[in-house]
Amino acid sequence: MAKIELKNISKKFKDDTVIEDLNLTIKDGSFTVLVGPSGCGKSTTLRMVAGLEKQSGGEIWIDDKCVNDTPPGLRDVAMVFQNYALYPTMTVRGNIEFGLKNRGVARQERDKLVKDISEIVGLTPHLDKKPQNLSGGQRQRVALARAMVKKPKVFILDEPLSNLDAKLRNQMRTELIQLHKRLGTTFVYVTHDQVEAMSMGDEIVVMNKGVIQQADSPMKLYHDPANLFTAEFIGTPAMNMMKMGDVQGLDIQSAAGIGHVGFRPEQALVNASADIEGYAIEGDILTRESLGAENIYQIQARTGVFFVKTFLAPLVAADRVKVTIPYDQLYYFGLGGERLRGIVASPKRLVAAGGI
Amino acid sequence: MVKLLKAVNNTIGGTPIGAAAEDKRTSTRSKQAILRKALRAALRVINVVGLLALVLIFAMPFIWMLSTSLKTLPETMIFPPEWIPRNPVWQNYADAWNTGPFLNYFVNSVVIAVGILILQMLTIIPASYAFARYKFKGSNFLFGIVMVTLMIPAQLIFLPVYLELSAFKLLNTHLGLILPFASSAFGIFLLRQAFMQISDELLEAARLDQAAEWKIIVKIMVPMVKPVLVTFALFSFIAHWNDYFWPLVMTTNETARTLPLGIAKIREVEGVATWNVLMAGNLILVAPILVVFFLSQRQIIKAFVYNGVK
Repeated sequence: MAKIELKNISKKFKDDTVIEDLNLTIKDGSFTVLVGPSGCGKSTTLRMVAGLEKQSGGEIWIDDKCVNDTPPGLRDVAMVFQNYALYPTMTVRGNIEFGLKNRGVARQERDKLVKDISEIVGLTPHLDKKPQNLSGGQRQRVALARAMVKKPKVFILDEPLSNLDAKLRNQMRTELIQLHKRLGTTFVYVTHDQVEAMSMGDEIVVMNKGVIQQADSPMKLYHDPANLFTAEFIGTPAMNMMKMGDVQGLDIQSAAGIGHVGFRPEQALVNASADIEGYAIEGDILTRESLGAENIYQIQARTGVFFVKTFLAPLVAADRVKVTIPYDQLYYFGLGGERLRGIVASPKRLVAAGGI
Repeated sequence: MVKLLKAVNNTIGGTPIGAAAEDKRTSTRSKQAILRKALRAALRVINVVGLLALVLIFAMPFIWMLSTSLKTLPETMIFPPEWIPRNPVWQNYADAWNTGPFLNYFVNSVVIAVGILILQMLTIIPASYAFARYKFKGSNFLFGIVMVTLMIPAQLIFLPVYLELSAFKLLNTHLGLILPFASSAFGIFLLRQAFMQISDELLEAARLDQAAEWKIIVKIMVPMVKPVLVTFALFSFIAHWNDYFWPLVMTTNETARTLPLGIAKIREVEGVATWNVLMAGNLILVAPILVVFFLSQRQIIKAFVYNGVK
């Protein structure tokens, strides 16, 4: 169990600044997910916590201890790598107990620990096999077991599921959530997949270009994005964005300059009844994706292409539809991409104001 | 041949016309299948024959050596030559062994070849690991120097080395024959390539597992490059086991002389080249190499087929 604090962290690769002045507190016992597009610095941040990469500036604290000069092996951190990084010449048992051996754990205790862990992750029948002879899922379990057996303060997982097929990934996802509940240890997880982030994390850190865009709970991120980047990054399909200049028929009382107006595909109503007050867009349906419980439409409107998602509703057959977005479901972003809150919108030339 | 060509022409270019050609088409198709099968079989035969021919070319001198080693001296001169001696003369081996202090030669050869091998392992593993894994100032330059030594033939440096060894009173000693080969540029190069193929994550995982650097090398890296290491060991062993020039120059008496020098001496006995005894001596010389080769065959093949965990 440990709290991790990053204070004014910066990282340069030669002349290339990847991360500048990053501050982040990862709560004790949390499942924190760092998410962002590739090259956003999330893996680098993680590797600095593990001690595999040395920060160019700033301090890293694990549990009230500055670990700037602590080698990775002594930080009490265990890591699961994307490609598992299992020692190919050792058996599964050898892989799991290598860390224990290096710590000088006695043989008897080692055997007991390996036995317990392999039971938890279901590897008992495979202990004497080499990693080459295991399936992807089993290798993943070995990597997890190797990390778990050391009983670390912090678990670090670097895109551990991206080498698995979709079904196995879902299964491992739930297993990881359960594992976190069971161990109660701090998990730091890196992924570029926002679905993974949303489903697993209790705290999500959205990063872009080495800067933290928002660190919040999944629901907060979804309902209350702090800026344009987070809004567009979280959610499938992504939030629809319209340039303010393209938006017509919307009366906004705001002094601030609005750059974009956005709405979530699932908040838009297709062919809604007239008494729902909202911003209406007309458009042609380009594609229809029917996933059973939900339908996703790609619609071409005057303002551009956008997506609409409906739940448990029959598939719309018409080519041209009217889409209504309730006023309180519109998100406004400033010219610099920052979120603008408290803006009240109403249809033009109408006295009655709808909205928040 | 003309028929075959016609058949091929038919199957490739022959387009059946109309519905009546349906039957013809199926027969053409089956003909085509038979032809393809025949071609494949022919190719396989050619392949096997070619390989056999190659084996024969490489094995011929060896078989000749074995055959000669069991002949009497007059038999070796018979023309046309006979491959199988009428009465195998095993005495040749004893004669070869007794022409000089062969036990001494043998022990010297083993001590020197194995000594060189052990020292080389001790130097090339850390060196190649450092070249492959550490970034330090001048590493490229140093590696360049190592590579340059590959281009310098032994004949060029034997004189300074001889003088040096003589100054240290190391002539006619095992150490004098071992030390000049304590490291190997070729080995460093070979092993460096192998180390470079190992993913960084593996090392990072080991570091997180609190493994000391030497432990990472011994427990993780070296086992992973074992095939390459075995291959290099074999190359090195064979080269130094068979080396004639270097021991010849660096020894002036029998104390540290090796097998190849002993074999060469057989030729000089009695003025006539006793080919049968000489060949018996040669077989004694190559026997240990063959044993080593058979033991490490699998690893050698592995070394040339990259195998990694994906």
